[in-house]
Amino acid sequence: MSAEEKMPKERIGVYVCHCGSNIAGVVNVAEVSKWAGDNLKDQGVVVSRDYKFMCSSLGQELIQKDIKEQKLTRVVVAACSPHLHEKTFRNACKGADLNPYLCELVSVREQDSWVHTDKIAATEKAKAIVAGGVSRVVHHEPLTPLKVPIHPATLIVGGGIAGIQAALEIADAGFPVYLVEREPSIGGHMAQFDKTFPTLDCSACILTPKMVDVGNHPNITMLTYSEVQKVDGYVGNFAVTINKHARYVKTADCTGCGVCWEKCPKKVIDDKFEAGLGYRKAVYTPFPQAVPKYPVIDDINCTYFQKGTCKACEKFCPTNAIDFTQKNEIMTVEVGNIILATGWDLFDARRVPNYGYGRLANVFTNMEFERLSNSAGPTGGNIVLRDGKTTPKSVGIVHCVGSRDKNYNNYCSAICCMQSLKFAHLVHEKTGATVYNFYIDIRTPAKGYDEFYQRIIEEGALFVRGKVAEITDAARNPGEEGKLIIQVEDTLVGKQRRIPVDMVILSAGLEPRAGSKELAKTFGISCSADGWFIERHPKLDPVATMTEGVYIAGCVQGPKDIPASVAQGAAAAARILGKIQQKEIALEPVRATINEEQCSGCRICNTLCPYNAILFHEDTMVSEVNPALCQGCGTCVAGCPAGAISGTGFSNLQILSQIDGLLLLTLDKKKEAVVA
Amino acid sequence: MSDKPKFAMYWACSCGGCEIAVLNIHEKILDVDAAFDVVFWPVAMDAKYKDVEAMQDGEITLCLFNGGMRSDENEHIAHLLRKKSKIMVAFGSCACEGCIPGLANFSPISEVVDIAFSTITTDNPDNVRPQSSYAMPEGIITIPTLNPVLKTLDQVVDVDYYMPGCPPESHQIAAVVDLVIAALNGKAELPPKGATIGAGNSTVCDECPRERHEKKIKSFGRIQLIQTDPVLCLLEQGIPCNGPATRSGCNGRCPTAGAQCIGCYGPAEGVVDYGARLIAAFASVIDSDKPEEIDRILDGLVDPAGQFYRFNLAGSLLRSSKSAQKG
Amino acid sequence: MNEETKPFEPVIIGFTCNWCSYRAADMAGIARMKYAPNVRLIRLMCSGRLDPTFVFKAIAGGADGVLVSGCHPGDCHYSTQNYKTMRRFHLMERVLTQMGLEPGRLKLLWASAAEGQIFANEITKFVEEIRALGPLNWNNSGVKVPEVAKEEVPA
Repeated sequence: MSAEEKMPKERIGVYVCHCGSNIAGVVNVAEVSKWAGDNLKDQGVVVSRDYKFMCSSLGQELIQKDIKEQKLTRVVVAACSPHLHEKTFRNACKGADLNPYLCELVSVREQDSWVHTDKIAATEKAKAIVAGGVSRVVHHEPLTPLKVPIHPATLIVGGGIAGIQAALEIADAGFPVYLVEREPSIGGHMAQFDKTFPTLDCSACILTPKMVDVGNHPNITMLTYSEVQKVDGYVGNFAVTINKHARYVKTADCTGCGVCWEKCPKKVIDDKFEAGLGYRKAVYTPFPQAVPKYPVIDDINCTYFQKGTCKACEKFCPTNAIDFTQKNEIMTVEVGNIILATGWDLFDARRVPNYGYGRLANVFTNMEFERLSNSAGPTGGNIVLRDGKTTPKSVGIVHCVGSRDKNYNNYCSAICCMQSLKFAHLVHEKTGATVYNFYIDIRTPAKGYDEFYQRIIEEGALFVRGKVAEITDAARNPGEEGKLIIQVEDTLVGKQRRIPVDMVILSAGLEPRAGSKELAKTFGISCSADGWFIERHPKLDPVATMTEGVYIAGCVQGPKDIPASVAQGAAAAARILGKIQQKEIALEPVRATINEEQCSGCRICNTLCPYNAILFHEDTMVSEVNPALCQGCGTCVAGCPAGAISGTGFSNLQILSQIDGLLLLTLDKKKEAVVA
Repeated sequence: MSDKPKFAMYWACSCGGCEIAVLNIHEKILDVDAAFDVVFWPVAMDAKYKDVEAMQDGEITLCLFNGGMRSDENEHIAHLLRKKSKIMVAFGSCACEGCIPGLANFSPISEVVDIAFSTITTDNPDNVRPQSSYAMPEGIITIPTLNPVLKTLDQVVDVDYYMPGCPPESHQIAAVVDLVIAALNGKAELPPKGATIGAGNSTVCDECPRERHEKKIKSFGRIQLIQTDPVLCLLEQGIPCNGPATRSGCNGRCPTAGAQCIGCYGPAEGVVDYGARLIAAFASVIDSDKPEEIDRILDGLVDPAGQFYRFNLAGSLLRSSKSAQKG
Repeated sequence: MNEETKPFEPVIIGFTCNWCSYRAADMAGIARMKYAPNVRLIRLMCSGRLDPTFVFKAIAGGADGVLVSGCHPGDCHYSTQNYKTMRRFHLMERVLTQMGLEPGRLKLLWASAAEGQIFANEITKFVEEIRALGPLNWNNSGVKVPEVAKEEVPA
C-alpha cells in the first residue's frame, strides 16, 4: 500500500529475554534476536538484543540506554506473559521519556518455551511472535491513562466475620461503609458455632463485641435483611441498588424488648440459625445477641400474612413498633469500592445416601452438632440424641463428607479436620463418650493446630484411617442392636470394620453459596468451575479480582478458617484504604471512540454495550461513547458496520499488522520490479 | 492538435452502465468536451489501441477506467493506460471492487465457461469451448484468455482515485468533473492519492430518511415476502439492508424508494473487508443468546456470502472461493 | 530446506481474550503442560473484539486454521460480550463454508482462566485435525493462467 510506504518509519528496539534457562533452554534466543535484526529492518527494527533477565534493573537500563542513544520510538520485548511484566517494561520506557504505551510485550515463555519441546519449532514460533509484535507496535499510539476520582465510601456485601473485620478497619480509618447483609442480623456462620479451634474460645464471645462495634460505629451504615439488586458504574464510582426487605418493625420505635416474639403463637422450624434443630417464632431475631436488635416478621409463615388474623405482636408491643404495612425499600448508594464477603453454604449431606443423614435419626451434621453443643442452642448445650434426652455413650465423627470426593466436590474444605477434632474434644468433655474419628488425612497446618490434634489424641479419641463406606442401623453382629453401625475399611490395619456407635457426626464440607454465580455476574466478576470467586492471582493477589474496585474476602474465595478470613477482610480493607487515600485512580486508556463524521446513526452499536457507555443523540443522529463508562472490550469496535468506531490499544491496524507479522508476511523483501 | 488536457475512458469487463452514467450528466458532457480532448473512449468514438501505444507516458491527464480484470486483454490495457495516464481513476464498482462480474469468483472459471457455452438455448452441437489460440493456414490467431479469478483494477495497476457505485451516481460524476476541471485551472486541490472521490464520508444510513431505533432482530426475511413499513428502518423489519456498511453518496436512493440497499457503493472509508463489517453488524444485533435460536434466525439469510459480497467479492480479503482458486 | 520434502506443519492463528482464554494459555504455560507448537496466539481484551476481518486476514495470509477463544457464555469478564462473539462466529462460519472453507478449519473454544489443561488439549486436537485436512493455501495472487484445451486444426 502506497500510503504505508510513505509513513515515516519508526525506530524499533527488539529485546529477547533468556529468562535464565526458562526461555533460552528451549528457544534459541540469540538466533531469534539476530533474525529480528536481519529480517525486520523494513518494519523499522534498528536494534535487536538478547539478555538474560530483561525484567532486572540491568535489563530495563538496557532498554532505556537504547531509547536515548538509538532514538527509539517503539520497543518490543519478547519475554514472559504481559500479565506479569507489561507494567515493568512500560515503566522502563516511561523512565526514558518514551510513552509507556509505545512498548509491546510478547510472550515467548508461557506461550512458547514452557509449552513446547521441539526446540527448532519453538524457535521458529518465537521468531513469528516477535515479528507479530514488531508489526503491531508500529501502529501503537502514545496514550494517557484516564484519571477518575475515588468515592470514599465502601460497600461490603456479607456481614460475617470477614465482612465485619473489613468494615471495622475501613470505618476506624474514618471512611464510610455500607454493610449489606441478607439475614436479619450480622454475624454469619460464626454466630452459630459453639467453640472455635484451636483455642476453644467461645465463638459468640469473641464475635459479639465486634458485632456491637459495627452496630455502634458512626461510619458504618448497616443494611440488614437487604440484598444488592444491581451495580452500575465502575471503580471509584459505583452506584449500587439495594433492596431493603420490609422488617414490618419500625426500628425507630423498637427497643428490642422481645415481647413480640414471646407472645407470637406461630412456631417455625429454624432451619437457618438452629440448623433445623429448634424453633423460632414468625416474628423473631435470629439469636439473642443479634445486631441490630430489631426483630423481623417472616411474612411467609406469619399468621397475619397468611390468613389475615392474629396480630398478637402488634397488640402487645409496648412502643407500637409493629407495622404490617411496611414495604420493601429500594435505595441506591454511591461507593468507590466493593468487598464481597458472602461466605459459604454447607454441603447437603443428604446427597450421600449411604451415610443415612435425614433417614437415620442420630446422624447429625457438623452444624447441627454446633447447635447441640452451644449452651444457647435448642438443647441448652447438652449433647443428646435426637430424642432430646439420651446422652450418647459412643460417637463417630466422619471427616470429608462431600469433600475430596470426585462424586461431589473434589476440593478439600480446609476446616473440617480441625472442626472434627474440636467435636471430639467437646463430646469427651461433656459426655465422656468414646469418640472415633474416621479420616483420610488429618490436616492441621496452622498455628496451634497440630498441638491441638496431639491433645485430642491424649484425651483418648480413637482414630480410624479410612473413608466410611456406610452408616446403617441394620444390625448383623451382637452388640449392634439399636446402634448406628459405621462400616469402614481401617487402612492402617488392613481390615474391614463395623463400629457400633450411638451418634454420628458428619463433617460436611463447605460449598459456594447458592446463587453465587448470579451474584458474581451482578458485580462483574467470575467464578471458578467450583463456584468460588476468582482472585486476581492465586499466590500474590488473593483479595483482588479481575474487576477493578471489586474485592473478595473470606470463604467466598475458597474454604478457610476464621483467622484467614479475618486476615483477608483486613487485607481487602487495606487495599481500599490505599486507593481512597490516593483520591483518584488511573484507568487503562483502552477504550472506544466514535468518529462523529463517519457515524451514520444506524444505531447497531447501541445494544452492544453492557455498561451503557454508548449513547445515541437524537438531535445530531450520531452515537457517542462515554469514555468514563467504557471498559474497553472492543465489541462495538468490531460491530460497527461503518468502521466508525476505533479502539485505542487494540486498533484494527495493530491487530491486522500483528496477523501479518505472525504469518511472516512482513519480512524484508528485495524490491519487486515495477509492474510493466 | 489542441493543447487541452487529454481524457480517456475505457471499459474492461463491465456492463456499459458506467459509460451511460457519464453521459447521464446531460449538458455537463459539454463541459467535459470543452475542458478535455477525448482521445480514447471506445463507446463514444473510434480509436485504436495503437493510438494509445503511440502516446507519450503520462500524456493522458485523466483516465476513467471502469470494468474488472477478467482477461489478459483487460490487464494489458490497464497497464497500457496506466503508463499513458497521469491520473488513473478506478471508475465504478467493477474497477473498484469487482462488482457483479466478480461474482464469478464463487466458481471455477471452467464452470463459468461451461455455463456460457452449454445452456439449453446455446447452439453448440459439438460442445466446443473457446481456445486461446488457433492455427489457421494464414498463421496462429489468438483471443484473450480468461483469468481464473477476476481482479480489481488496483490488484493489477497503481490507482490514483476510486469512484465507487454501480454505476457512480451522475450527480457525483458531475461533481468530480467540476473538481478536476477546477484543479486543472489551479482553483482547487485534488485529494491525496488513493482517496475515494465522488462519495460521501459516512454510510447510506446517513442519507436514509427512515426512522431508526435500537436494533433487535428476531428474524430475517426477503423483501418480497414482507409487507414493509415505509417509515421504519428496513433492517429493523428483518430485511437485510446493507446500508449501514455501504458508503454514502448515492442519496440513499434505494431505501428511500422502499428497496433495501444492496451495497453498490462499496465499503466505508478505512474499511478493509466490506463483508466482514456486515457479518459483525448483523450478527451483533440478533436478539438471542441461544445457539439453536441464533441458527434459526440466521437461516433467514438464505445466501449470506452473496448478500455481503454481491459487489465486493473480488476486492475482499478472500477474493474468491476455494473452488475458484483451484481453477 | 527442500519445500517438497518438509512434512506439512499447520500454521494456526488463535484469538484469545485477556481475561479467560489467554490466562488459560498462560496457566498451561506455568504448569508446563505441553502442546503442539503450531498455534500463534493474538491477545484481545475480549472475544467480542473479534472482527471477522481478522479471521479473513489470517486465512488470506496463509493460515491453515483459525481458533477463536473466549470466556464461557455467562462468564464473560465484560458481562455478555461473548454472546456477540458466538453470533458473529455462527454467521461467519456460514459465509466461510459458502466460500469453500472446510468447517473443521474454524474453531470456537470457550475456556476459563483455570482451564489450562483443557486449552492445551484442545489445541493439540485442533492441530491434528488441521494436519489431516492438509494445507489450506488460500491462493489469491500469482495464479497461473490455466491452458485452455487446444483443438487439432481441421485439415
